[in-house]
Amino acid sequence: MILAIHQLERHPDLDSRAVDSFIRRHHFPLIEGPRVTFVWRGHADAVHLRHWVFGLASAQPFHRLSHTDLWYLTIDLPRGSRFEYKFDVVRGSHSQWIRDPLNPNIAHDPFGANSVCQAEGYEVPDWCLNDPDARQGTLHELMLNNTAFGGPRPLTVYLPARYRETRRYPLLIVHDGGDYLRYARLKTVLDNLIHRLEVAPMIVALTHPKNRMDEYPNDPHHAQYIVEQVLPFMERNYPVFGTPAQRCLMGASFGGVASLSTAWRYPGVFGKLLLQSGSFAFTDIGENKRGPAFDRVVQFVNAFRENPGRPAEKVYMSCGTYESLIYENRSMVPFLQSHGLEVRYDEARDGHNWENWRDRQQSALAWLFPGPLWFVYE
Amino acid sequence: MRRVVVLGPQRHVITVTEELNLLGISGRIATITAGWQERESEDDELSAALGNRAVNLRLHARTDDVFAQDRQLFAAHRHRQDNLRQLQDIYRMRLDHLMAAASVLMSRQGPAALLEPERQDTIEQLQALDAHHLRRIRDVHDAFEAQELPGERRALAQHRAEVQGILAECEAVAVAGGHVSTLIGRMRLMDVAAGMLDKPILAWSAGAMVLTDRVVAFHDRPPEGAGNPEVLDVGLGLAPGIIALPHATARLKLDDAPRMALFSRRFFPADCICLDPGDRGRLDGRTWHFVAGTRRLSRDGVPVAASPEAA
Repeated sequence: MILAIHQLERHPDLDSRAVDSFIRRHHFPLIEGPRVTFVWRGHADAVHLRHWVFGLASAQPFHRLSHTDLWYLTIDLPRGSRFEYKFDVVRGSHSQWIRDPLNPNIAHDPFGANSVCQAEGYEVPDWCLNDPDARQGTLHELMLNNTAFGGPRPLTVYLPARYRETRRYPLLIVHDGGDYLRYARLKTVLDNLIHRLEVAPMIVALTHPKNRMDEYPNDPHHAQYIVEQVLPFMERNYPVFGTPAQRCLMGASFGGVASLSTAWRYPGVFGKLLLQSGSFAFTDIGENKRGPAFDRVVQFVNAFRENPGRPAEKVYMSCGTYESLIYENRSMVPFLQSHGLEVRYDEARDGHNWENWRDRQQSALAWLFPGPLWFVYE
Repeated sequence: MRRVVVLGPQRHVITVTEELNLLGISGRIATITAGWQERESEDDELSAALGNRAVNLRLHARTDDVFAQDRQLFAAHRHRQDNLRQLQDIYRMRLDHLMAAASVLMSRQGPAALLEPERQDTIEQLQALDAHHLRRIRDVHDAFEAQELPGERRALAQHRAEVQGILAECEAVAVAGGHVSTLIGRMRLMDVAAGMLDKPILAWSAGAMVLTDRVVAFHDRPPEGAGNPEVLDVGLGLAPGIIALPHATARLKLDDAPRMALFSRRFFPADCICLDPGDRGRLDGRTWHFVAGTRRLSRDGVPVAASPEAA
């Protein structure tokens, strides 16, 4: 198969009009089987694809199509892949990272937004899109005073549709709650999965850190806040089961570390953990090479691997195969299993980002808190 | 002579009207929609299908009312549910291991003379576990009855009497589907089966499941991955000898013969009856008759005509 960009290259009258027509006729990035072509048009000295795919060179140079201002890059991408990227446009000594102007598909995160490349075979799960038939749960903004951090902390509580005080619900406590709501559509996901009976109606406490890089790597104040303040508050004020088997702590990246370290410090409190792309960096020998931000993480994970105890009974883990943390996550799975924990682990051809974590929610929540699908025969 | 009709789901293929006519029912029909939970009263379509002769027993709402009035009974009920939930977890844990071994054996190729006795022995272990689990469930229910004496509690007794009164005035009973645990729990608490014994019963989906001897939950295609069919509760025993499998085509991997063979042999001597839309089985006294197209799982795990005359 001749790629569209190469057909253009062979165009007998390759000029500005031919490029215009090429751009008009295609969607970008251009997916042709396992090959993906990125294009950028304009005057520059160089253009690079900047991405967060661990395993590929982080800057991939574009080529300029002769006699045109069209720059392009074709790469191979395995089926089902999804990754986020920017273009690095270099003019003289000036370099500017921009989103792909020809790609409307954008993913937001706390640092801004990136363009998204979806390879052949990837589809946005329909359960994370708004479903007008799904009954809506509600979000309630609260404030916890006198926390272990020495001041008040906001807390968001999700109550499922058809919430009734006479029922009992499992409790999910989420790290980086605001980010999960904003960037991983957690409320929509919960509403849809509960509506589809795939996940049990549950109450969710969404916590909001002030400085996650400080609070999440095995901070005793953080663990105290979750276990001695958030948990009792939720159990006092909402009809939750109140048993370890019906409590789950969840987080992504450093939030995964916070979840694991909190459960480790308070064994027997949480029966379930949901750990997404956990930053479980460790050293078997030598120094941490990931920089100072990881010093306390490595210290914790090394201590945990030395003496894991039993932080929970069931652990769901996921990681993107394009993440630098894939090795650490893969190695955590047999480690936990060998210590008697029941583990389910999913991988996806994706990176360290919120839409990866969004896309795993069905698998995670349906396994940890299966809904009444098994019991409903209409 | 007991007359029971089990039907496939009624949402898209309504057969209950025809069955009512065949039974010659011209009077009022008591309906049970407790499996719909909070939507119990949203029964206009059902009522129309029954010729607007339906009287909803409102078992879900009645139970809520009993629990609101009798907090002690509510607490005891909740305690029972907690025990049952824990029992189910433990059972599931044991079941997973036995099913894993049985599944491997069912798919293993080799000399039948060697394999078959091993398969049979594994299946008998599964049957023993199911029977044990059913005994434990029955013990929990019996303990609840013995300790709480629900029949003697004012609020419940009042509702039970009202339900029996309605049943007495009805010619037949129709039990719809929904959440099977909720349905059987509310039917049991209201002791509704006692008033159904002498009446024709028409039931579908979860309604058909609760009438059997054992309520078996199953789903081969949930998002968390296929689970193992599990005994969920003691059935009401009004439709004996069968395991009801509503939505069998959608919920079961019917083309996976080893898996279905294990299902079928595990619950033998009960017949595993597929209840897809349009399917029907009629119990006249002690004999089941199934209409053409209704299937059961054969011992080899193949869906076949449920009864010879249905072939």
